[in-house]
Amino acid sequence: MNLYDLTLHEVHEKILEKEISAKDLLDSVFDRIDKVEDKVNSFITITKEKAHEAANKIDKKIAQGETIGSLMGIPMAVKDNICTKDVKTTCGSKMLENFIPPYNAEAYERLENAGAIMIGKTNMDELGMGSSTENSYYKVTRNPWNLDMVSGGSSGGSAAAVAAGEAFYALGTDTGGSIRQPASFCGIVGMKPSYGAVSRYGAVAYASSLEQVGVLTKDVYDCAIILNYLYGHDPKDSTSLNIVHDNFIEGLKKDIKGLKIGIPKEYYGTGIDDEVKNSIKTALKAFESLGAHIEETGLAYSEYSLPVYYIIALSEASSNFARLDGIRYGYNANDYKDLDDMYTKSRSQGLGEEVKNRILLGTHSLIDKNYKTHYDKAIRVRRLIKEDFDKSFQKYDLLVIPAYPTAAFEIGGKIKDEAAMYMGDLCTVPVNVAGVPAMTVPCGYNSKGLPIGMQLVGKHMGEATILRAAYAYENNASYTKLKPKL
Amino acid sequence: MRYETVIGLEVHVELSTKSKAFCSCKNEFGSEVNTNCCPVCLGYPGALPVLNKKVVEYAVKAGLALNCDISLYSKTDRKNYFYPDLPKAYQISQDDMPICKNGFIEIEVDEEIKKIGITRIHIEEDAGKLLHGAGDEDYSLVDFNRAGVPLIEIVSEPDIRSPEEARLYLEKLKSILEYLEISDCKMQEGSLRCDANISLRPIDEEKFGVKSEIKNMNSMKSLERALEFEVKRQTEILLQGEEVAPETRRWDDAKSITIAMRAKDKTYDYRNFPEADLVPIVLEPEWIKEIKTNLPELPDFKRNRFVKQYGIPKYDASVLTLSKDLSVFFERCAKDYKNPKAVSNWVMGEVLRILKEREQEISNIKFPPEYLRELIDLIDEGLLNSSAAKLVFEEMFDTGKEPKTLLDKLGLKQISDEDAIGELVNEVLANNQESVEAYKNGKSNALKYLVGQAMKISKGKANPKMINSMLLERLED
Ligand SMILES: [Zn+2]
Repeated sequence: MNLYDLTLHEVHEKILEKEISAKDLLDSVFDRIDKVEDKVNSFITITKEKAHEAANKIDKKIAQGETIGSLMGIPMAVKDNICTKDVKTTCGSKMLENFIPPYNAEAYERLENAGAIMIGKTNMDELGMGSSTENSYYKVTRNPWNLDMVSGGSSGGSAAAVAAGEAFYALGTDTGGSIRQPASFCGIVGMKPSYGAVSRYGAVAYASSLEQVGVLTKDVYDCAIILNYLYGHDPKDSTSLNIVHDNFIEGLKKDIKGLKIGIPKEYYGTGIDDEVKNSIKTALKAFESLGAHIEETGLAYSEYSLPVYYIIALSEASSNFARLDGIRYGYNANDYKDLDDMYTKSRSQGLGEEVKNRILLGTHSLIDKNYKTHYDKAIRVRRLIKEDFDKSFQKYDLLVIPAYPTAAFEIGGKIKDEAAMYMGDLCTVPVNVAGVPAMTVPCGYNSKGLPIGMQLVGKHMGEATILRAAYAYENNASYTKLKPKL
Repeated sequence: MRYETVIGLEVHVELSTKSKAFCSCKNEFGSEVNTNCCPVCLGYPGALPVLNKKVVEYAVKAGLALNCDISLYSKTDRKNYFYPDLPKAYQISQDDMPICKNGFIEIEVDEEIKKIGITRIHIEEDAGKLLHGAGDEDYSLVDFNRAGVPLIEIVSEPDIRSPEEARLYLEKLKSILEYLEISDCKMQEGSLRCDANISLRPIDEEKFGVKSEIKNMNSMKSLERALEFEVKRQTEILLQGEEVAPETRRWDDAKSITIAMRAKDKTYDYRNFPEADLVPIVLEPEWIKEIKTNLPELPDFKRNRFVKQYGIPKYDASVLTLSKDLSVFFERCAKDYKNPKAVSNWVMGEVLRILKEREQEISNIKFPPEYLRELIDLIDEGLLNSSAAKLVFEEMFDTGKEPKTLLDKLGLKQISDEDAIGELVNEVLANNQESVEAYKNGKSNALKYLVGQAMKISKGKANPKMINSMLLERLED
């Protein structure tokens, strides 16, 4: 057994027992990176030297008898749209190729303060726009389970790094499924917390009202550990809520007898792969055997989530990314006639096609002529969608839906089935529109040996329930867990 | 055809909070370039704004003082446009839900009170400043110290009917804001900026005419002059049967004209939409009440009090209370003093004159108000005549020294010694026999001449009252 194959809490035990040092762990992870990174392409930047310095410090602290926290000395990765002080934060874009933030994102800072060792910044679709990490300016991240397949996106680098054993866990961001879908493709656990639960400070904003920083881990227990650190009010983020939460790890051990699980039928329609449906069906049986009640239900407004999502996300993006003008930081086209020409050239050359398309669409939704019929309407329908979820959670503790209609698709091969493409968005997007938490949990493999994931969706600030159910399931799942062969 | 002038003013006021609107950077005028900035006010990726509570408090103060309804629920919006001084490429402002609405200001026109409506007050942030390369230097630099400085924009109803009313409105507004101590209100430094919308319409016509927006008026005077120019310009256009072009015009103070900047028909689409990085501004009625209770005395109230308490004319009280600093200066001087009217005369006369002459602010005056009272006392005691008093006052203004000290230093102490006056009178009587005779023959004018001679010999230092009475005494003997 290699160290890099273990989970966060397993290696923590070993550090606690003084079986291994932070340096041992780092060496193991970097050996692994040397071996597989060329194939997987998880990282945009690797911070080996910085990581070694940090590990040395931790080992010294441990030698001096300092209390060993759960994250101390354990290597992790950070999506490249989460600002890291003095370390390049490119957002997968040429525009920010040389951007070095003078500050840490709050989410990362909390982990760093707890002794986490960052080993690098992970690849992503440019500015978070995409769902395959093929839209990165730098490279395409490959799926560790099958290198011809995508890793998902936009947090594809983070998912692949964790699945490939290059990091014990990774931070990601989720605007419309960017954590949960790659977690599903790479066979790991991915959590998008409730809107307002985790500080967005320093996470480069794509769609402010939809996204959250979250985490990708090897198992549910690890996820609970990280959430304990990430959760909680940050005065630097006005949208972060001031709510006290219980210790997520303590909550894990309770049983799920009597838990009411709703199965919204809209999420199991045409386009969802039979193998996905079957895996989830098997998982539901496991839940039933643990004492949960399963019931079919409906979320009638879900279908409106897609237009609502695209209008809101792209409108906000068009405004959020307008600051990328090449004046204070970022790419600046050197050859220009005047101010307008500088803006035009810097942005035309610095931003990729998908980003430009989305910015144009977002701008279109906000112009005077369209505002009422587009943006304004979208935020009103959004309220109905939220209410729809609220009502559902008056009856159910959790909803279970697919994380994606299929397993990972091929690199370069767009999904041909339009219904599947539509369902792909439908699986993840409504959760962001409603602002509720959701977690991807692996629940089997398809015939090609690619992982399949399901999503547990909870009510706003209902992460503890999700974690408890996911943990119970993980320990009682009937399928055999595998590791990707790299 | 006769026309009526219709004016509405949009006033931007920089709030004098310690820190900026959405970050903890210092809000300070005149710092070294780009020293008061951080990732938030520089629009760095991932940085998020947090609304400064003081900004809300100041806006609510302004709203209450300007008789507005305070919104218990309002929100911020983004106004999107590209410009190098705007780091995020949007300005955080308030679009359709401003924090204050439906207020008014009272001004006095031809001794009548007129109400000018206030449509709204909203919170927004200032932009940075461009520093252009001089001459052939083909570059511009940006100073972001001002980026994110809090502003309130106060929009009036089109209730103003003349350039004079516009000035009176702005003077009153400035006065109220100064009393609230929420802004420096310095037009020259740009902490109070005023744009005017002005149009003409035939008298008795209800529909508004086509308006011009006038910018770059950096003083009360230039506001009035610019609008006067604009009234003339638009009148001439209309009288020729032509139409006023809807445009933005800039006031050129040196040339005393407005110059067209850009047409208004092609309005820029700012794509206003809610600012999702901030939460709605929800106010507690209790909090508003507390602010209301603690509002300072405002100019109109103080004016009425001055009339009542000090028995000075309403006109004096209006002048003295328009500037908060002036009113404080007056009151420190006049408080418990036997002759407030004399104080008022001095403040409105010499004090204002010298401030204007030296281009100084009352707040920077070197001597404490109590010295002025001492000076008036010296006059009352007969130690100083009024022309000498003016000299002492100027010296006091320049040096900040006590009047008594200056009196000795300048050798201006009035001669009120009986023996000295007696000698002086004897000398005058001896040297002006003709006038003495004339007086005795009933020409009372001769007395004035004799007093004048005594003053001349004493170089103005003799106490004229004493000379007068002593001369009379001798002449009647
Ligand atoms: Zn700042």
